[in-house]
Amino acid sequence: MSTDVSIARSDVSVSTQRFPLLSIRNVAKRFGKNVVLRDISLDVAEGEFLTILGESGSGKTTLLRIIAGFESAGSGEVWMAEERLDQLPPYRRRVNTVFQHYALFPHLTVEENVAYGLRVAKRPEAEISARVGEALEKVKMSAHAKAKPAKISGGQQQRVALARALVNRPQLLLLDEPLSALDANLRRQMQVELKSLQREVGISFIFVTHDQEEAMVMSDRIALLRSGELEQVATPREIYGRPATAYVAQFIGHTNLLKGEVRDGMARCGLLQWPVAAPDGIAQFSLRPENLRLATEKSTSPDSVRVRGRVVQQAFHGATELIRVECAGGLMLTVRIPASRSGVTGEIALEFSPEDAIPVRESPERI
Amino acid sequence: MFSRAYKAAVTLPPLVWVAAFLLTPYLLMFSYSFWSVSPAQTIVHSWSLGNYSELARVDVYWQTLLRSMWIAARVTIFSLLLGYPLAYFLSFYGGKKKDLLYQLVIIPLWVSYLVRAYAWKTILGSDGVLNTLLQYVHATKHPLEFLLYSPFAVVLTLTHIYTPFAFLPIYAALEHIPRNLVEASHDLGASPGQTFWKIIFPLSIPGVIAGATFAFVLSLGDFLAPLLLGGPSGIMISNIVVSLFGAAYNWPLGAAISFCMLLLVVSLLFFSERLEKKWSYA
Repeated sequence: MSTDVSIARSDVSVSTQRFPLLSIRNVAKRFGKNVVLRDISLDVAEGEFLTILGESGSGKTTLLRIIAGFESAGSGEVWMAEERLDQLPPYRRRVNTVFQHYALFPHLTVEENVAYGLRVAKRPEAEISARVGEALEKVKMSAHAKAKPAKISGGQQQRVALARALVNRPQLLLLDEPLSALDANLRRQMQVELKSLQREVGISFIFVTHDQEEAMVMSDRIALLRSGELEQVATPREIYGRPATAYVAQFIGHTNLLKGEVRDGMARCGLLQWPVAAPDGIAQFSLRPENLRLATEKSTSPDSVRVRGRVVQQAFHGATELIRVECAGGLMLTVRIPASRSGVTGEIALEFSPEDAIPVRESPERI
Repeated sequence: MFSRAYKAAVTLPPLVWVAAFLLTPYLLMFSYSFWSVSPAQTIVHSWSLGNYSELARVDVYWQTLLRSMWIAARVTIFSLLLGYPLAYFLSFYGGKKKDLLYQLVIIPLWVSYLVRAYAWKTILGSDGVLNTLLQYVHATKHPLEFLLYSPFAVVLTLTHIYTPFAFLPIYAALEHIPRNLVEASHDLGASPGQTFWKIIFPLSIPGVIAGATFAFVLSLGDFLAPLLLGGPSGIMISNIVVSLFGAAYNWPLGAAISFCMLLLVVSLLFFSERLEKKWSYA
């Protein structure tokens, strides 16, 4: 959007190691007896795209509202670049928000909506019109500058809301499920646009969503929130590849949860067993469907774990298909295999590599 | 979806009602306004514009109408000045007690108009509560005479009576403002004061127009408050109509004034509706 906020960035992973722009420290919040957030600590780096992912009621919107200043934190602190943020009223924070239903001012034109923040800050009119023009250009809404919000489509309102926030050059942009009101195609398109816009302006984004796919596509890091607590904060690849808890493994993508125990360096789950470097005791493993393969006579690797089973269900997904396999001992496994012309039926043999069975913690839901 | 016969059957009763109790009386009144009264005190059914030309000629009618409008205008302004802040604080800061406070604003409407008018009489009279108090604390030596039987008393009483009517549509308009607009305004750096003037007030204008129309139209046609508390200097146009239809026995002239009032009010309502539409963005 402008040269003074565009921080040249070559690599995303570098940005997460910088001094944090926003620092949430031990924030907790309750509404009456209802605990909404419990001891949340989270840092956001400059230029980072962080997604707060969670089911409805997980407290993700409340966390966002605490950062924006519409709710006060019950305890804990929020800091932004050496400044205590949580004691400032919302209109003194250099944070802007894109609201879930856009919250455009219905009595003002698109242009006046975008100019609002600059007008209340009493910027010179020449500067306002230049910056507003530039912002509308950026979101491809210049042609609708004089229209009232009611006259433009949902996707267009979304762009205006974005321009209205970005024109103020905030240090941090908060987005509260901004794409949830759009239909699937437009939504995918906006995901890509939003991501590239964020790269271009270099502003930190905190993006709230309940859609795990959206989170995976867009984020530098994902903070998964469950019942007011952070389950895991990691990059999309890490959170998918090495989920910390059974909940994370199930929430992000499909998985097979294998419940069993570890004894003397061997994991046992029903008839399956494989070597593992874990202490003895009850254990759970996440095994992604795509990490299971159809076994051939000459197995690819001598230490892969093999199991026989019968296909009970198959679902065609285009490039791949998901099959449900009932294995010996009653174990049900979901397997993702490349789609074939005729599909797979009957008795089959499966195999997986022991290192693909990721030990996950059980995290009981607290109320 | 519904048969024609069904549609006719459900539309007919209200039509008959409106025709019998609204259109016919108005038509009758309109006819009367062209007739006249003979020296023998009978209605002469001959058509002329005599009553209307008398209205234009005789100053007292004009002056009373202007005074009535001036009183109604003051009532409107004071009702808005009282009703708006009340509605604003109730809507935005009412909290859990919102419904209870709302009821408290409405309750006076259940008390008879006459009782409330008489209450002001006992408060404002020369031996009234206010004058007694003022003399007791030695603020004045003699009772203040302007308090009762004056336009002041009429404006005060009508403001008291019609403030809830101004309050209600303003409150409804404020309640309809999505709160995320207020949050968005704060988010964009606007202080509470800027947010009020740039967002909340413009979006509440349809309510203000509706409230102002209620207060103005209702107090313009009022005749009880001036009758009870107005005195000679607080006479309003409706008092003239009442006396023309009563003691003066000049129904045709009374009807002509009534018709002019009706025209005034209808054009006012029309105008205010246009204005409300212009300012609404639902």
